[in-house]
Amino acid sequence: MNTPKELRYSEEHEWVRVEGDKVRIGITDFAQSELGDIVFVELPEVGTEITANEPFGSVESVKTVSELYAPISGKVVEVNEALNDNPEYVNESPYEKAWMIVVEPSDMSEIDNLLTAEQYEAMVKEG
Amino acid sequence: MLKRTPLFAVYERYGAKTIDFGGWELPVQFSSIKEEHEAVRTRAGLFDVSHMGEFVVKGNDSLSFLQKMMTNDVAKLKDGRAQYTLMCYEDGGTVDDLLIYKKAEGHYLLVVNAANIEKDFAWLNEHLVGDVELANISQEIAQLALQGPLAEQVLQKLTNTELSAIRFFSFQDEVSMNGIKTLVSRTGYTGEDGFEIYCRAEDAIALWEAILEAGKEEGVLPCGLGARDTLRFEAALPLYGQELSKDITPIEAGLGFAVKTNKDADFIGKDVLKKQKEEGTARKLAGIEMMDKGIPRHGYKVFANGEEIGFITTGTQSPTLKKNIGLALIKSEFTEVNTEVEIEIRGKRLKAKVVTTPFYKRAK
Repeated sequence: MNTPKELRYSEEHEWVRVEGDKVRIGITDFAQSELGDIVFVELPEVGTEITANEPFGSVESVKTVSELYAPISGKVVEVNEALNDNPEYVNESPYEKAWMIVVEPSDMSEIDNLLTAEQYEAMVKEG
Repeated sequence: MLKRTPLFAVYERYGAKTIDFGGWELPVQFSSIKEEHEAVRTRAGLFDVSHMGEFVVKGNDSLSFLQKMMTNDVAKLKDGRAQYTLMCYEDGGTVDDLLIYKKAEGHYLLVVNAANIEKDFAWLNEHLVGDVELANISQEIAQLALQGPLAEQVLQKLTNTELSAIRFFSFQDEVSMNGIKTLVSRTGYTGEDGFEIYCRAEDAIALWEAILEAGKEEGVLPCGLGARDTLRFEAALPLYGQELSKDITPIEAGLGFAVKTNKDADFIGKDVLKKQKEEGTARKLAGIEMMDKGIPRHGYKVFANGEEIGFITTGTQSPTLKKNIGLALIKSEFTEVNTEVEIEIRGKRLKAKVVTTPFYKRAK
């Protein structure tokens, strides 16, 4: 399981990368490996307001649908359109090519509520 | 505690990810559903289907008993042949769909769905009459399925029995596979050529390993339930609990070919099924293909002209066709090919159209 140290994580298996006053969001390596072959990613439109712990989209594997939960509240300012045609990026490159959205957080301090890489790994191992 | 097959012990060695499937701890995949699916369509894949149930029916009155219980005409079944059939309730709803093998006069093997073993056994048992012995041997029997265009080539390496002589829906008993005693049947649940191989539970691991070893060169992959489901779905083969249930009749599910209302014997459910066959049903199963972006899934509602007309029984993105397709049980007047319908996906109604099934048919 690959869990980059510089990222923060949600209990719902999203990762968050702070980039200045914005954050980039995707799903973890553990999540993609549990889901299996991803065939469809549904993301919000630019401008959508998302709320922490509420669904903002979904990923579908061959077998099942899983909701994506916002790790932080804010406004969506960028969406990874490449995932429309290449949902397999989520399996191949969960932290790079398969970023999902960029958000302008309404309260950057919400980041502190998220897990560190060590905490996330410990949570996954406990099952 | 979940039930396990005799092969559970080796799943991990092949990288299996297991899930709870109707009370059984079974592999959903070994490598990836897409890779396993492709292996079966282009080469061959090996499945552990030991969770399936096996019953023996023996005795002088076996045929008349089975004729009463089954919708298909069991009298037509010859020694060494297999038949697909269903068992129904009086109201036409489905108890189960199953295979019957005729081993000899008055000696049959029934293969039923894992989740229905207890229910089917009780149902058959309460209708027993005359000289019929019914035995549940599910625990003693393991079943492997080797499916795909190279299945025969691979399996032939393990036996002197001429496999090409076993035709579709035929079987041969007492076949030695690498020294293991098996029953080999040319049947399957993937839409490809292939075999279902029955052996004693204690021989299952040795047989599994022998087949994978024999198929190394051909690229045979161990396959899980995920690929089994996408494969059977593309071939539009029904799955009990989705396309069939106590509330869905075989006629509604498009399985009229296995309901012989003109056979000599009466059978349970005949009155309703005969009427449905003659007059048609209010709803029936149809294939749909998404026009808008979205993947139909089991249970999603189907609409036409703003009216709810039924639901999706199975849906996914077809690994072979790369299309988002589904089977839907909908009002019959909307099942004409090219009819536009809408599927409700997470609160949004998305456009789809009716298409012909099966979605996939292998080249002969």
